[in-house]
Amino acid sequence: MTALADREFFGYRRANGRVGIRNHVAILPLDDLSNAASEKVANNIDGCLALPHHYGRLQFGEDLELHFRTLIGTGKNPNVAACIVIGIEPGWTQRVVEGIAATGKPVAGFAIEGNGEIKTVADASRRAQAFVQEASEQQRVPCKLSDLWVSTKCGESDTTSGLASCPTVGNLIDKLDPLGATSCFGETSELTGAERVCAERAVSPEIGRKFLDTWQAYMDEVIEPNKTSDLSESQPTKGNIAGGLTTIEEKAFGNLQKIGKSTRFIDVLGPAEAPAQGAGLYFMDTSSAAAECVTLQAAAGFVVHLFPTGQGNVIGNPIEPVIKLTANPRTAREMPEHIDLDCSGILRGEMTLDEAGDALIEVMIRTCNGRLTAAETLKHREFVMTKLYRSA
Amino acid sequence: MSAPDFLVHDEGDTVGVVVVETVASGAALQGLSMETGQSVTMTALADIPLGHKIALKDLAEGETVLKYGHDIGRIVAAVKAGDHVHVHNMKTKRW
Repeated sequence: MTALADREFFGYRRANGRVGIRNHVAILPLDDLSNAASEKVANNIDGCLALPHHYGRLQFGEDLELHFRTLIGTGKNPNVAACIVIGIEPGWTQRVVEGIAATGKPVAGFAIEGNGEIKTVADASRRAQAFVQEASEQQRVPCKLSDLWVSTKCGESDTTSGLASCPTVGNLIDKLDPLGATSCFGETSELTGAERVCAERAVSPEIGRKFLDTWQAYMDEVIEPNKTSDLSESQPTKGNIAGGLTTIEEKAFGNLQKIGKSTRFIDVLGPAEAPAQGAGLYFMDTSSAAAECVTLQAAAGFVVHLFPTGQGNVIGNPIEPVIKLTANPRTAREMPEHIDLDCSGILRGEMTLDEAGDALIEVMIRTCNGRLTAAETLKHREFVMTKLYRSA
Repeated sequence: MSAPDFLVHDEGDTVGVVVVETVASGAALQGLSMETGQSVTMTALADIPLGHKIALKDLAEGETVLKYGHDIGRIVAAVKAGDHVHVHNMKTKRW
């Protein structure tokens, strides 16, 4: 059997050297006003993927910077072959175009003001057609697991997540990290109760301190000023509680199983911030809401996502395939169309954690080769911007 | 042994997790310690759903609950070994 370090998958190697596992032509609206035009273009031209969202007007300061970072990062993601940007006006549209163009991939911007939507859609559709035809000629080439950027986040967790599905992801991370893969976990508020244990998993005391400062800031700036209760039914969620999770502390220790037993995180990223310290595991400051978190991780450049669920979260992402695994036998039985890997055998003593980790690696490699995930076949394309505060 | 009825994460944990779909009050349960591989037996004092916690010892009001070898909250209504531990008798110490 081929050693893991020598295992190959077939991916798309982009002009900047990064490797993608999908070949989308994205139609990216700058703002909410441009969703309609973007969807019209995607409707006109086969093979396009519109990414409608709710924001982009009158944002300012750090919130605006995050908006740009998320849009530009989404366009730069190696799963995107080419990108059309449509905005209400040309200034901010061009800023997104230039950010994406740094990768060397085809990108073009179109503004609606002064043209009207019908002409904008016609112009953008002609360009999108050329981009799709060009993208359709790109060939998959052999790539190594060290080329992969893998993100993880869990959702609608229950106690089976902490017992088996999160540790299965952790087993994969512990196997991929020594090979030079790049990986990412997040969910700042959901590490509450386990924050000290998490900090000890940093590569150095300085990075551990950076993590604790980030966690504390989330507590001070988001949770404390806004909470009206002990967050019952929000964190843990109603679904978590139905699945047997009682407190945030219990949920946090289960969550943390996703980073394995030996891997250490080498840096702390801001939301949608791309890793800059080379291969290794990164923590990203994110919300614990699934779609917000995965959207930020995809915008940071991660190409494949591992998502353990207990009660059956159904999330997908338009550009980063989301692989779902569950250890809850009832979820595996009742919601099979959402599950890519059933690891409930761990709970029955029929499967070891090591075997489950290997099985997840196989599902991941098949997904990287082009196999559609359950969420992709169900057209789950949750693309959700993180908003830091109200617009001006 | 056959498939366990409940699992215990760490040595010293005061709760285990039911991993079969139905546990009726009065049932004799086989548990397995994931750390040591040793088996434990308990008698359920309540119906406990899949994924929910069972007390492994008597826990007094105010006592810390240990799972994963760590503090996961406090008892707010006393429980007996074999009881169902959840939001009705346990709360977070955070926020």
